[in-house]
Amino acid sequence: MAQHKINYLQEAGLPVALTTVDKLVQWGRSNSLWPLTYGLACCAIEMMATGASRYDFDRFGTIFRASPRQADVLVIAGTLTKKHAPFMRRLYDQMPDPKWVISMGSCANTGGMFNTYATVQGADRIVPVDIYLPGCAPRPETLQYALMLLQKKIRTEKASRKLAPKRLV
Amino acid sequence: MMRSYSDKHNVQKKSYYNDRYFVAPQIPKEAVESDDVFANDLSVLKAKFEIQEAYIQKGQLVVYIDPKDNVSVLQTLRDELSYNFLSEHSAIDWLAKSGEFEIFYQMLSTSKRKRMRVKCFIKEKEVLKSVIGVYKSADWAEREMYDMFGVIISGHPYMKRLLMPDDWYDHPLRKTYPLHGDEVAQWYEIDKIFGKEYRDIIGPEERDSARVDVNDTYRFAHLNHEVPFGAEPSQEKTVTDYQEEGGVFIVKKLKKEDAKILKERY
Repeated sequence: MAQHKINYLQEAGLPVALTTVDKLVQWGRSNSLWPLTYGLACCAIEMMATGASRYDFDRFGTIFRASPRQADVLVIAGTLTKKHAPFMRRLYDQMPDPKWVISMGSCANTGGMFNTYATVQGADRIVPVDIYLPGCAPRPETLQYALMLLQKKIRTEKASRKLAPKRLV
Repeated sequence: MMRSYSDKHNVQKKSYYNDRYFVAPQIPKEAVESDDVFANDLSVLKAKFEIQEAYIQKGQLVVYIDPKDNVSVLQTLRDELSYNFLSEHSAIDWLAKSGEFEIFYQMLSTSKRKRMRVKCFIKEKEVLKSVIGVYKSADWAEREMYDMFGVIISGHPYMKRLLMPDDWYDHPLRKTYPLHGDEVAQWYEIDKIFGKEYRDIIGPEERDSARVDVNDTYRFAHLNHEVPFGAEPSQEKTVTDYQEEGGVFIVKKLKKEDAKILKERY
């Protein structure tokens, strides 16, 4: 093949067609984000409130699933202790790709006020985090906003199955 | 005059906070004879066991016993003196002062409406008999005491750590245990999940709560101006529309001016 010619099939060419496909696929993914029913501490109360009727997560297509096999978002809602860290990593590993992580609240972001021997100092030491959501605990509106930001982020991503490796691990 | 030598390298040898001028306030002690019920209780105990010290503090009887008698003393208290609750049981770390743990059993009698405390001292490696045969509530209390202080209990049916993971090293509530954890604790989750070789990749924990990263001041939580991780801050407003302009194939975005808005309810 001449050098000026581009092999569209191999080099992710066909820009018009693929961006449209990407957009459609990612539109579908971003509008049916299924988080795991997984709460660790008081942030989980806010997460429950966000899922309940007043704030109504369902209208974003966000329905809490009871199994990591069916979930694509992990909301780390609360203090992650060192005893629990291996279990959270296992749940994350059990989720099928593509998957995203929202670190909800100060404790999950940095360890928060628990600067002690028993607390993981930031959940991003264990799993790669997409959205860091500040607050102690964040209001349901904040979690909604974080979810909408995650949706925006997903819509800008490529739909390719071969995902670029995320930051950290 | 030379200042007295203190080993600054082995800081775990001593407790963390030493105020030279601090004198802990002492709760006044009263004689046991001032309360008839307690005086009777004490005479019953004294007839059977060796009582090292006894007094009343804040309306509660405090009795120091020999640690070998702990089960039989509690048996007597339950069966003869109607102390039907063991409400609290734990240890106090005096290892730095005398190499001992102070064990206490906080008792409650609902019929007499009295509380009393049985105390004893044991050496660090001394084995204490389990009182679970007398009071069921000692089950978790003894497990927690072992977990947090390393007090060894004999005769407990399920002696296992209560709070910390089973493979945890050391006992965190001892005064010599650092608040931020020893090395094993600080790398616990990394070692367990990824293995020791990942320590270099992930790096040590950020423990300084007063640390200021110059980037934090302008990257952190600019509401409505969020940027990807590590990116420069932007003045561009984040549009939080549920569906972007243009949308996708077939799906149309709902525009506010196209929507029919009802002025009043039907």
